[in-house]
Amino acid sequence: MLHTVNKSPFGNDTLETCIRFALPGDPILLIEDGVYAVQAGNRFASMIEAILQKNPVFALQPDLNARGISEIANGVTTVDYEGFVKLVEQHQVNSWL
Amino acid sequence: MDLKQDMNIKKIMHVLRHAPHGTIYTYEGLEMILIMATYDQDISVVFIGDGVYALKKGQETSEIGIKGFARTFPALDGYDVEKLYVDQLSLEERGLTEDDLVVDVEVLSSENIGSLMKEQDVIIQH
Amino acid sequence: MNIGILLKEGPYNHQASDTAYNFAEAAIKRGHTIDAIFLYNDGVLNVSKLMDPPQDDRNISSRWTAFSQKYGVKIFACVVASKRRSINEDVLIEGGVITGLGTFTDIATRNDRLVTFGD
Repeated sequence: MLHTVNKSPFGNDTLETCIRFALPGDPILLIEDGVYAVQAGNRFASMIEAILQKNPVFALQPDLNARGISEIANGVTTVDYEGFVKLVEQHQVNSWL
Repeated sequence: MDLKQDMNIKKIMHVLRHAPHGTIYTYEGLEMILIMATYDQDISVVFIGDGVYALKKGQETSEIGIKGFARTFPALDGYDVEKLYVDQLSLEERGLTEDDLVVDVEVLSSENIGSLMKEQDVIIQH
Repeated sequence: MNIGILLKEGPYNHQASDTAYNFAEAAIKRGHTIDAIFLYNDGVLNVSKLMDPPQDDRNISSRWTAFSQKYGVKIFACVVASKRRSINEDVLIEGGVITGLGTFTDIATRNDRLVTFGD
């Protein structure tokens, strides 16, 4: 199952909540303000690292670009909208709001 | 015939994560659940985070001028929506127990709820 | 693959309408069918033709009309949510349809995927 998260982790516990319910192997796609979670060197670095032990993490490149985020945490994969669609092809979707 | 084997019946999970009254998400979520329930789907409702507050006993909304809807949850049974799940950690974090809730629910661990999510054809977060 | 989209936020206030649109375009470009866009909560405001943003900004409801005409995709708005928010036939864009949640149930159950955008 693909989980999408669109909230900044600084103001909202949606990413934390999503991770609690995601099964090992489920991909996590960060979109909109959700991409702030993977900016390199922020205080969620260790959390992202821990998530990556069990779940692949993706971030939507157009949302990173829009927010001026060029350096992202190691192990996180960037995708464009086409990549978003490909993930949806492979998985049912749980859009955390 | 086991109805659950019917290909036309989909497993649909509604996830309520917003507190009632402060925003309309939970109320309109409930409206959607009530309508979908009339279409013979396999519906479950999960309360996570502030969503558990929707089930709290003793809500009295007359002074804020918003229609209360907590008593609609016990009525879901009459619409054949019997699968009501509450996230255990969300309940505990808020200092609540099952006795504080207006309806009988199944309190589950995040692992169990995660497994249920995996089984669904459709998940709708409100 | 057939995909339904549920859009739960109004235009401009949140990026949801834009992400839903970009996702839908990309899905069609990859050969998928967008079965319908269903609007719920403040999402119903997406189909108001009274929308009149500054010239240098996108007009989100016109963009939905163009999307609808280009691909033959209906933009459905829940009638109960619409009535709450002053959306009726008089203000409805081309391509917009006010309908009940039964339509949404069909969209949610007949497609391979339902993707939700909201706040």
